[in-house]
Amino acid sequence: MLAKRIIPCLDVRDGRVVKGVNFEGIKEVGDPVECAYEYNLQGADEIVFYDITASHEGRGVMLDVVRETAKRVFVPLTVGGGIKTVDDIRNTLRAGADKVSVNSQAVQNPELIRQGADIFGSQCICVGIDAKKVSDNKWTVFINGGRIDMKLDLIDWVKQIEQLGAGEICLNSIDTDGVRGGFDLPMLKAVVNAVKIPVIASGGAGKLSDFAEAFIETNCSAALAASLFHFRELAIDDVKNDCRQKGIVVR
Amino acid sequence: MIAIVDYGAGNIFSVKNALDYLGVENSLTKSAAEIQSADAIILPGVGAFPWAMGKLCESGLVDTLKAEAKKKPFLGICLGMQLLFDKSYEFEECNGLGLISGYVDKIDEPNLVIPHMGWNKLVYNHDCPLLEGLSDDEYVYFVHSYKAFCEDKNLCAYVDYGSPVTALVSDGNLCFGSQFHPEKSGKTGLKILENFVGLAKERI
Repeated sequence: MLAKRIIPCLDVRDGRVVKGVNFEGIKEVGDPVECAYEYNLQGADEIVFYDITASHEGRGVMLDVVRETAKRVFVPLTVGGGIKTVDDIRNTLRAGADKVSVNSQAVQNPELIRQGADIFGSQCICVGIDAKKVSDNKWTVFINGGRIDMKLDLIDWVKQIEQLGAGEICLNSIDTDGVRGGFDLPMLKAVVNAVKIPVIASGGAGKLSDFAEAFIETNCSAALAASLFHFRELAIDDVKNDCRQKGIVVR
Repeated sequence: MIAIVDYGAGNIFSVKNALDYLGVENSLTKSAAEIQSADAIILPGVGAFPWAMGKLCESGLVDTLKAEAKKKPFLGICLGMQLLFDKSYEFEECNGLGLISGYVDKIDEPNLVIPHMGWNKLVYNHDCPLLEGLSDDEYVYFVHSYKAFCEDKNLCAYVDYGSPVTALVSDGNLCFGSQFHPEKSGKTGLKILENFVGLAKERI
């Protein structure tokens, strides 16, 4: 049986981790390569780098980060943020990423999903989504870091994403993100039931039991968190132990 | 020196990174002479079977690989494992290297997500030198939509995904194949690669 995955996400700007990471024993606290290596030791099933750099120069720095990480971290690496073209996808994969995550660009240009999947395979195209509730059982998709409402129905969008050949969805709830009250289970459930591709839950984890709850209440494949892991409030192996005790298969 | 066969298939750098990390001398190569003089050979691969077989034929390496796989440690990874078999039915019937008897066909699990992607737990079937030192709770990383069907005697380990999925095969001698990516399977994967490298060192 496939194990449920626990995924830490590192926000990177100009080659530095943005939300401070507070690991013991790390020489350089803001170094994404060191952080990824530490997560790898803790048992992360995948590592996500989210590039929040705006500039073109920063893009090159991000690829260097990926290249250095791939020399030391032997679990799948995903890179998201700022990926606009097939060439961006190619360069990111060549640097050593196993998957790319596209978000705003995919909404504005859905063909990017199809082209990426055709050329590089569905398994390396993850589509990130920021969505917000508008009424009961209805959500819409936002872009540009949750600033612009595209008035696009979430369920229509995830079905389209699957048709275009995406291999995975990373679903972030704007309503629960940063609130730390648990993942957005109604939204997660609606999306998991609408598609067959794996769905990663994102946004809202605040305590140990939130992860197991997402796996028990919905059929999501993975759960992602950022600051919760960075500040060592929770270690990845604690989360896995809690899941294991509740009968969830984890690595 | 370990030769990593570079015939145009993607993602060979992660195999190289893993061997570099283990401190093992290695070379990405498409030279028959270099493959012949190597202590061991790794055949990586991502993509479709007919396309990869076509690339191997174009590169003129098919006969070299067939001969060398019987002489020294040889490891096919992912599609590289599938290429070891007699044939595949991915898109069209296509012959493989025929180093291990069996064939490759679609994972037929209508109720499960395809590709089979993620970490799955190894179930051991036969003793295999590549599995030495592993516990009975080891997960490895998979990404694939086709799987190999082979004789029990060649099946070293499998995983459960609706039905058994071939994970690690051997010809009973020095030729091995892993459907999973040892180079992406954390310390379990590195241990498997280390065991493989150990086989090459024993022979030097």
